[in-house]
Amino acid sequence: MKTIESAKALEKAASERILIIDGAMGTMIQRHKLDEAGYRGERFKDWERDVKGNNDLLVLTQPKIIQDIHEQYLAAGADIIETNTFNAQRISMADYGMEHLSYEINVAAAKLARAAADKYTKLTPDKPRFVAGAVGPTNRTASISPDVNNPGFRNVTFDELRDAYKEQVRALIEGGSDIILIETIFDTLNAKAAGLATLEAFDEMGVTLPIMISGTITDRSGRTLSGQTAEAFWYSMRHLKPFSIGLNCALGAELMRPYLAELSHVADVRISAYPNAGLPNAMGGYDETPEDMACATEPWAEDGLINIIGGCCGSTPDHISHIAEHVAKFPPRKIPEIAPKMRLSGLEPFVHG
Amino acid sequence: MTTASAAQSFINVGERTNVTGSAKFRKLIEANDYPAALAVARQQVEAGAMILDVNMDEGLLDSEKAMSTFLNLIASEPDIARVPIMIDSSKWSVIEAGLKCVQGKAIVNSISLKEGEAQFLDQARKVQRYGAAVVVMAFDEQGQADTIERKVSICERAYKLLTEKVGFLPEDIIFDPNIFAVATGIEEHNGYGIAFIEAARQIKEKMPLTHISGGVSNLSFAFRGNEPVREAMHAVFLYHAIKAGMDMGIVNAGQLALYDDIPAELRELSEDVILNRRPDATDRLLEAAPRFKGEGGGAKGKEKDLTWRNGTVQERLTHSLVHGITDFIEADTEEARQQADKPLHVIEGPLMAGMNVVGDLFGAGKMFLPQVVKSARVMKQAVAYLQPYLEEEKRLSGTDQLPSAGKVVMATVKGDVHDIGKNIVGVVLQCNNYEVIDLGVMVPAAKILETAKKEKADIIGLSGLITPSLDEMCFVAAEMEREGFSVPLLIGGATTSRVHTAVKISPNYNKGQAIYVLDASRAVGVVSNLLSETESKPYVDGIKAEYVKVREAHLANEAKKQRITIAAARANKYAIDWASYTPPKPSFLGTRTFKNFDLGSLAPYIDWTPFFQAWELTGRYPAILDDNKVGTEARKLFADARALLDRIVAEKWFTANAVVGFWPANSVGDDIALYTDETRSTERTKLFTLRQQIARDPSRDRAHTALADFVAPKETGLADYVGGFAVTAGIGEEEAIRTHIKATDDYSRIIAKALADRLAEAFAEAMHAKVRRELWGYARDEKLSNDELILEKYKGIRPAPGYPAQPDHTEKRTLWDLMNVEAETGIELTESYAMWPGAAVSGIYFSHPQSHYFGVGKVERDQVEDYARRKGWAVSEAERWLAPVLNYDAVSERKNVA
Repeated sequence: MKTIESAKALEKAASERILIIDGAMGTMIQRHKLDEAGYRGERFKDWERDVKGNNDLLVLTQPKIIQDIHEQYLAAGADIIETNTFNAQRISMADYGMEHLSYEINVAAAKLARAAADKYTKLTPDKPRFVAGAVGPTNRTASISPDVNNPGFRNVTFDELRDAYKEQVRALIEGGSDIILIETIFDTLNAKAAGLATLEAFDEMGVTLPIMISGTITDRSGRTLSGQTAEAFWYSMRHLKPFSIGLNCALGAELMRPYLAELSHVADVRISAYPNAGLPNAMGGYDETPEDMACATEPWAEDGLINIIGGCCGSTPDHISHIAEHVAKFPPRKIPEIAPKMRLSGLEPFVHG
Repeated sequence: MTTASAAQSFINVGERTNVTGSAKFRKLIEANDYPAALAVARQQVEAGAMILDVNMDEGLLDSEKAMSTFLNLIASEPDIARVPIMIDSSKWSVIEAGLKCVQGKAIVNSISLKEGEAQFLDQARKVQRYGAAVVVMAFDEQGQADTIERKVSICERAYKLLTEKVGFLPEDIIFDPNIFAVATGIEEHNGYGIAFIEAARQIKEKMPLTHISGGVSNLSFAFRGNEPVREAMHAVFLYHAIKAGMDMGIVNAGQLALYDDIPAELRELSEDVILNRRPDATDRLLEAAPRFKGEGGGAKGKEKDLTWRNGTVQERLTHSLVHGITDFIEADTEEARQQADKPLHVIEGPLMAGMNVVGDLFGAGKMFLPQVVKSARVMKQAVAYLQPYLEEEKRLSGTDQLPSAGKVVMATVKGDVHDIGKNIVGVVLQCNNYEVIDLGVMVPAAKILETAKKEKADIIGLSGLITPSLDEMCFVAAEMEREGFSVPLLIGGATTSRVHTAVKISPNYNKGQAIYVLDASRAVGVVSNLLSETESKPYVDGIKAEYVKVREAHLANEAKKQRITIAAARANKYAIDWASYTPPKPSFLGTRTFKNFDLGSLAPYIDWTPFFQAWELTGRYPAILDDNKVGTEARKLFADARALLDRIVAEKWFTANAVVGFWPANSVGDDIALYTDETRSTERTKLFTLRQQIARDPSRDRAHTALADFVAPKETGLADYVGGFAVTAGIGEEEAIRTHIKATDDYSRIIAKALADRLAEAFAEAMHAKVRRELWGYARDEKLSNDELILEKYKGIRPAPGYPAQPDHTEKRTLWDLMNVEAETGIELTESYAMWPGAAVSGIYFSHPQSHYFGVGKVERDQVEDYARRKGWAVSEAERWLAPVLNYDAVSERKNVA
C-alpha cells in the first residue's frame, strides 16, 4: 500500500512542478578526504584487499557521512535523492571481493536515504521527498567486446547482469526505495537486463515502483558508448513503461541540450536530465559554478524540455539549490502525444506505420 | 506525405542471413566462417534491407550458440547494427538466446497459438519484457490457418490475448497469415493467394494499427528452377497484397521484378493464378511457364534482353535510371553530353527527365524503395562522370581562378532520406563557383551546426521531402537561434512552402533569415543575392517584409476562424421537416456496373471551363472563345482539343467504367448507417461525416451542417437511402497516350490527359443524371441543359470524400469496399487514398431536395477527438488525415521543443 501512495504522491508532484533530483555523491564524499582506514571502518579493518574508493561501502562504515550528504541535498531543495548504490551490485563489488555484501549494502543504503527523506517530508509536508534506488551500469558491457581482436567475445552475459541487478533491486525495495532509477546507461543491453531484473523483482515481491531511466551520451557524436542515438535508446527502453527517460553524466549542460531535445521530441513520458557541472578540467575537476550551471539549464525549463532536473559529477548542494531556484518559475514539460507506430531500433531508430 | 503510396511504406526484411533460405549462408555458418557471414549481412543492409532477418534453424547446428555468436559480431559492426534485427526461429530457446544479445528493439519471428494459450502468453510476456515487437503466425491448436476465416479469427484471438492480457502495443504486433504455395495442381491450393490477400485486408480493417508480413518465396514453390516465373508471381502477389495492407515482407529486395516490367501475358497468367480468377489458371501458367524460363521478366532475363539499347539516348538513360542499370550509363551520358551545349544541361535535361519517371513509378506504387535507391545510384554515377567536364568548363570560363564565391553547408534533415533535389541544388551551385559541403541525408541538427561553425559557412541549406521534416527544420532553425547563428537558412524540398517557412520556420530564427527556395533553378539567384555585398541587405529586408505579410495574412485567417463546440454545432444542425416527407426508393438495391461506356455519349456533358483553366486561360466557356485577350489562344486550343477528342472517341483510346450502388440508410448522429437489407436490422457499414463548426453571427440563423443531416434520422422510422458511385474515363489512358502520341509532343500529351480528366467529370455528371432520372428515379421528368447541369440546378447532390463537404479522403475506402470498385471498374486507391488512374470521380448520392453542397471548413479539436473515436482511430491518426482542416496546430501543440 505504501508504495502505491508514494507513487501517487510522485505523480502529483511531477504534474505540478519540475522536480529536483540531487547532485553528485562522489564529489561530496571527496570533501571528507577519507583514507583507507576511513573507508574500512571498524568492521573491515582486516579486509584482505584495499577498499579505498569503494564509496558504496560507506553506507556500512560511515553511515553518518552519507546521511549528512543526503540531508544537504534535501535542504538544497531536492525532491528525489539517489541511494548511494551506483556500484553496489555484485559484479562491481567483486573488484573488492565484496560481492556477498551486495544485498546488505543496498538495503542499508536505501534505509539511510529513506530516513533522510522522511525527516524532510515531515519538515515540509507539502513537498514530499522520494528515494530513488540507484542502479548503475556495472563495470562491464554486454554489447561491447573488451578484446579488440575478438569482437564476438563478452566478459559478462545478459543472465549474469540480470541476476546481479535483481539482487540489487530486491534489496533497494526492501530498504524502502520509492523509485528504481536505472542510470548512467552507456550500454543499452545492460540496461535492458536491469529492466527485466526490475520487473522480475517486482513480481517476486508483489510491488510495482515507478522506474526512471537515464542514459549517457558520451560525446558530440550524440550516441551512447554502445553506439545508439538518443531516439534509438528510447525505443529500446520504452517497453518498461518508465516514469521518466533522460540523460545524465558525461556532458555538461551546454553539450547535452540537443540530445535532450531529441528525447523530448519523441518520448511520451517525463524527461529527466542531470548533467555534469561542465566538462572535466585538466585536473579532472569540474569548474562550472552553481550559478553557471543554473543559467545553462534554465533554458531547458523555459523551453519546456524537462520534468526532472538535477546534477551529476561535480555538482554540489549549492549547484542544486541554484538550479532549483532558476527552474521554479517554469511549468514542467507537457507530455506529448506520440502517434502509435511501430518504433524499432538498431543503433538508429526505425519508425514504421 | 501527399504522394505516399503503399510501396513506400513497405518494409523489406533482408532474408539472406537465414540458413533455411540461403544455402550459401548455411555453408558459411557450418564452416564457422563468420567474417564471410557478416559480409552477407552487410550486403543486405547496403542493398536496402531495413531490417535484418537472422535465422539459424538447422538441425546440425547449435542454433542457440550460432545465434548469439552472430548477433554479438553484428553488434561490433556499426554499418550493420544500425538497423533493427528480426530474430527468426521456430525454437523459443533460440529466440531467447537472440533477445539476450540485442540492445536495440528487435522483432521476434515468431510465436503462435500452436501449443495453446498458456505457452503463447508466457512467450509473449517474455518478448515484451525483453523489449521486442513480435510476429504472430496464424497457427493454432488445430494447425496452420489456410482459409480467410481461420486466418482472421486466429489473428483476432491472438490480438485480444496480446493487447488485453499481456498489454502489448497493437502497433508492435505483426501478423503472418501464412503464404502457401499456389498452382501446385491440388485444387484446394488455388485459393491460397487470394486467401492471404483477403485475410490481410480484413485484419488491417479490424486491427488497423497492426502489421502484416509474410515469407513470399513459398508462394511460387511449384515453379522451382524457373526464376522468371517465380519473380513474376512474387511481384504480382506483392502488388496486390501490399494494397490489401501487407506492409512487411521477407523478400530479396534486390531481385524484385517491377510489376510493369513483367511481360503482359505472364503478368496476366500469374494474376489469374494468384487471384484465382479462372479454374484453368494453373494449367495455363504451367503450360506457358517453359516459354518464359530464361527470358525477360526476371532479373537474369533482363540482362540478356538488350533491345532497349535501340532507343534514343533519352530513352536509354531513362531505362537505366528506372532499372538501376549502371553498365551503359557512362556511354549514354557521354552521348548526351556531346549533344548538349553544356555538360550541366545533361543533368538538367535528360537525367532529370529520367528521374521524374522514377518518381512517378514510385508514387504509383510500381517501384520499391531499394529500386529507387538504385536509380539514385545510377544518377550519381552519371553526375560523377560529368564532374570533370563541369570542372573543365569552370576552368575555361576562368571561374576556377576566382576564390570561391561563398560556402554553403547543405543537408537533408534528420529522419529524411530524400536527397535527389538537394544533390541537384548542390551540383548547380558548384557549377556557379560556390563551395558546397554536402552532409548527406538524415543529418542531426547538432552536426549541421557544428559543421557550419567549423567551416564558417556563409549559408546553410536544409532539404526534406516528407512532412515530419518540416518539424525538424523548425527545430534546426531554433537551434541556430540559440547558438547565435546569423547566416541565411535556405529551405527546400517537396513538402516545404513559402507559407510554412514564413509562419513556422522563420519565427524560430530571428538573428538570421530563413528563406524558402522553390526549386533548384532558383537556388543560384537566391544564393548570389544573399552573398552580394550590395544586394544582400535589400534582398533580406524584402524577404523579411514579405514574410511578415504572409504571417499576418495567415494570422488574420486564423483569427477569423472562431469555432463553436461540436455539441453546440449539433444542436444547430440543418433541420429538414421529415414528418411531411417520404424518401424515394431506388429502382434497385446493391450495385450495378457499367463497363466500356460510350465515350461519344459523354462528350456533350464536358464542362470546358476547367479545361481552359488547366492551361492558365481564365474565363468561362463559351464566352472565353470571344475574349479580347485570350480568345484567339482559346480558340486554337479548343480546336486542337476537339480534334483530339474526336480521335479519342473514334479510336476508343480510353475505357470508361462505372459502378453505382444504393443502400437502405438512416442517419445516426453525425454518421450514416447503411443496412444490409430493408429490415434495417443489421448495419452493414457506416459513412462518417464531419460537421461545420464556424462561429456565425447568431442573427443570421444559419445551420451547422453535416452530410448526415440530409438522410432521415433513424428515429423518424423513415425508409431512406443513400447511393454511391465511382466512375473513370482513364483506363488505358497512359498506354493510349504512349501509343498514339509522340514522346516529344508534350502539347498533345497534356491535352489528352486533360481530356481524360474532363471525360471522367462528364461521366460523373452523366451518371448522376441517369441516377436522378432512372436508377433512383426521383426526378424522372427533369429536363436540364448542360449549362444548368454545370450550375448544379438539379435535385440531390453527389459530394466526394476528400472535398469540402467531407474532407476525409479515407471514406473512399468504405465506398470501395461497398461497391468492390477496384474489381468492377479498375480504379485503385493508393495508400493516401488518391484514385488511380487520376481521371476518376467518386462520391455519395443524396436525394433529398434540400440537400446541398457546402464546405465543412475548419474543425476544432473536440470534433476531431469524437471523430477519431467513431472511426476507431488514435487522435493523432485523425489529425493526420484531417490536417488540412484542423483549426488548431496539432503538431506544435504536441511538441514541446522550442
